[in-house]
Amino acid sequence: MLRDITIGQHFPGHSPLHLMDPRLKLVLTVAYIIILFVGSNFLGLSLAVIFLAALYLVAGIPLKMIAKSLKPIVPIIALTTVLNVFMMTGAGRPLFQWGFLRIYPEGVRYAVMIAVRIVCLIAGTSLLTYTTSPIVLTDAIERLLKPLARLHLPVHELAMMMTIALRFIPTLIDETEKIMNAQKARGAQLDSGTLRQRIRALVPVLIPLFISAFRRAEELATAMECRCYHGGEGRTRLRQLHMTGRDWLMAAVCIAVLALIGASGRIHL
Amino acid sequence: MGEILRVEHLRYVYGEGLPDATVALDDVSFSIEEGQFVGVIGSTGCGKSTLIGHFNGINRPTGGHVYVAGEDLWADPSQIRKFRFMVGLVFQYPEYQLFEETVYKDIAFGPRNMGLDDAEVDRRVRRAASFCGIGDDWLDKSPFDLSGGQKRRVAIAGVLAMEPRVLVLDEPAAGLDPEGRDTILGQLKEYHRQTGTTTVLVSHSMEDIAKYADRVLVLDAGKIAMYDETEKVFARAPELLALGLSVPEVTKVFLRLKEWGLEIPTDVYTIPYAVKTILAEKARREAAGGEGGGAPC
Repeated sequence: MLRDITIGQHFPGHSPLHLMDPRLKLVLTVAYIIILFVGSNFLGLSLAVIFLAALYLVAGIPLKMIAKSLKPIVPIIALTTVLNVFMMTGAGRPLFQWGFLRIYPEGVRYAVMIAVRIVCLIAGTSLLTYTTSPIVLTDAIERLLKPLARLHLPVHELAMMMTIALRFIPTLIDETEKIMNAQKARGAQLDSGTLRQRIRALVPVLIPLFISAFRRAEELATAMECRCYHGGEGRTRLRQLHMTGRDWLMAAVCIAVLALIGASGRIHL
Repeated sequence: MGEILRVEHLRYVYGEGLPDATVALDDVSFSIEEGQFVGVIGSTGCGKSTLIGHFNGINRPTGGHVYVAGEDLWADPSQIRKFRFMVGLVFQYPEYQLFEETVYKDIAFGPRNMGLDDAEVDRRVRRAASFCGIGDDWLDKSPFDLSGGQKRRVAIAGVLAMEPRVLVLDEPAAGLDPEGRDTILGQLKEYHRQTGTTTVLVSHSMEDIAKYADRVLVLDAGKIAMYDETEKVFARAPELLALGLSVPEVTKVFLRLKEWGLEIPTDVYTIPYAVKTILAEKARREAAGGEGGGAPC
């Protein structure tokens, strides 16, 4: 059940999207998200959906993966949609009225747009992580944030922390499963009982998990020090990021499409 | 005594339906009689740990059935907890599951989950602790203040305290020094001898299996390669070596002696049996009138 977590999962492959420079992908994803939220009509939004679907096809990621990555945020989508439907007040007559609850056409319109936007937001960022390995992604983040190092921001250290955190997610998931199995073997009931009982049942899992996480952190720190790790100063990298001709071509195509989506999103229909 | 555990056509696939699905167990069938001490060996990744995870329902079979005391584990999934108490499973590196404030409370976790009363819990905790060589003065200590080997014993006691009918141990001596190994395994053998609890011991070490097990199950790439009495399995030493498994050092010596042309059996896997065999061979030669003392031993 813990293995069903798909957010942040990487699908190795050789599609143009996989091979694209991670910095470019990151910037384009951010641009895509901005355009999603700046656009104010359904034309722009549907173009954005089509563009994203096309990218998924190019990357060769099965569309059912979107459904999987959306599963955990269904409640959030439902909540924002419901809130928007009821909260937006419009100029004309309400579509529906019951006590203090009123639904205006604007509310429905806005709610649908928000729902589509959130879905695109998750699907878009998932596409980034599906096609980019976490390590490469943090490399890209470090490169992109480098100018901030002049402001004495510990960019390298932040990137290293992210790399380490990402690297340990699967390890800790494994560890959690092992501990859960060990406690289940001693008769712990982790998936039944009242909420109170379930929370109490987590103690035998969480304590060993924390202890082992601290132990691992200590071991890792020792191992890093043994190899003379001293931060970003004067460090060279194994993988240098270079923008190739193909990257510039992809960049041009994507920027053109995003501009088109952005422009059509601003048209007042 | 009757059969306590039976596995029929067991199949287990990790990540069923995903592109990277791997078959961990394929058509595994065998049974264990009550009171036996069974050793499970196989090279890394052959499915040993996956297999024993099926004995108490931690893993759910992709295909096939597991029966404990004649009952199908998965006939009613809501009753699976009953089997967790019948089959006590000690995982690899069990010391990482300790969580309570005191050793006593940690050992009592299993029995308390069984819903036993305080007196019975107390009896079981003390009994399990004494089997594992845990002194009374340890019981009030925090398990986190103990050494690695001591923690391991506490964790094993935590499973023994449930007094399961089948005790399954996955590499209980892994990572311990030779003395710690012998102590823990010796205590488990003693527990087996005194209580008659069916015991399944998973190990990489042929020496350990040879020393403690009555029967040996050899797994190779998710299938049963051999399942027989210990001496019969070690008599097939060349096959074991071909599977990438080692054989006890003493068996290796006998294999070499045989290569040199000595007429000796090769199912020798313990030192006492080896001594007996050599003495018998010596006596045979002396009786035949040859110069017996010159045997290259």
